[in-house]
Amino acid sequence: MSVDGQGRSHWFDDEAGPVVRPYAMTRGRTTSPAQHRLDLIAVVVTEPDAGDPETDPTLSPEHVEIVGLCRTAPQSVAELATELDLPIGVVRVLIGDLVHAELVHVTRPVPPAELPDESILRDVINGLRAL
Amino acid sequence: MILGRTERGMPPVEPVTLKILVAGGFGVGKTTLVGAVSEIRPLRTEESLTEAGRPVDDISGVEGKNTTTVAMDFGRITLREDLVLYLFGTPGQERFWFMWDELSEGALGAVVLADTRRLEDCFAAVDYFERRSIPFVVGVNCFEGASRYPAEAVRQALDLDEDVPVLLCDARDRETVKEVLIGVVQHAMEYAADRREAVTG
Ligand SMILES: Nc1nc2c(ncn2[C@@H]2O[C@H](COP(=O)(O)OP(=O)(O)OP(=O)(O)O)[C@@H](O)[C@H]2O)c(=O)[nH]1
Ligand SMILES: [Mg+2]
Repeated sequence: MSVDGQGRSHWFDDEAGPVVRPYAMTRGRTTSPAQHRLDLIAVVVTEPDAGDPETDPTLSPEHVEIVGLCRTAPQSVAELATELDLPIGVVRVLIGDLVHAELVHVTRPVPPAELPDESILRDVINGLRAL
Repeated sequence: MILGRTERGMPPVEPVTLKILVAGGFGVGKTTLVGAVSEIRPLRTEESLTEAGRPVDDISGVEGKNTTTVAMDFGRITLREDLVLYLFGTPGQERFWFMWDELSEGALGAVVLADTRRLEDCFAAVDYFERRSIPFVVGVNCFEGASRYPAEAVRQALDLDEDVPVLLCDARDRETVKEVLIGVVQHAMEYAADRREAVTG
């Protein structure tokens, strides 16, 4: 079971401010050894053979939620931050933990300058027109 | 054939992700623009107070707090299941500019929103993208009552290169915002083509 909005509001209360507790959750770490700055639009994908993360006592409910979210639909670091309503720095640390635990992997975005050809950009234009 | 895990269906699609930045002066319509084409959400980041310059919040009572929260506009446009475009509204205040470096890295391009009543507010953004060779377009947000400058006058006032597109828009209007974003992608394509030419020939 993943943590829903209700669960989250127990985990943090607004009065404490958004800073102290999230970093308590990451045990004060602001960077994770395994990951240096993950790109905001890097995509997090749950490993197909990731077991049930809830059985791992070292993982927080937020870790478990990320594994669940990215199992149904891989999503970007930025999206996870908004979805979990956590600052980006905290989410980066959590993702680093999950990579380390081999529950997820991260696909780095292709820099536009390295796109093999223009077809993707044409698709973007067509997609925007069709919105 | 072993079905195994595929019982759950196809493996999830890993989308190709791209990003466009939306910059411009205070109150020029950045949030409105992002919201006109995407489901918009605030994205929080925490920056150390030394980096951010000075505290914005009242920090009394939160002992040991040495970071401040900076919120950005963040929008997602799903073009296809396997192709997603993200919009990042860059925080306007100059003291948060260090964040732009991270945001602009790997960006497809940028929109600099301008208000003709105070064009000077976007000088800094124009400068920023020019220096880093990030393709950008200038979107002139046509607030009612603002004199409608012809695009050429805006180009001159901003001292823009010939090839930088200047597009009139209404940040509240989805169709014109779509055109601005399409303008960014087209400009990025031309830009990439020019660079290839410069390298090969
Ligand atoms: N008339 C008119 N009003 C607009 C237009 N675009 C934005 N506004 C209004 O202008 C105000 C500021 O717009 P925002 O989108 O909040 O501007 P912003 O650039 O995000 O502002 P900051 O984040 O504070 O720098 C809002 O009240 C909008 O409704 C426009 O094209 N025409
Ligand atoms: Mg805004």
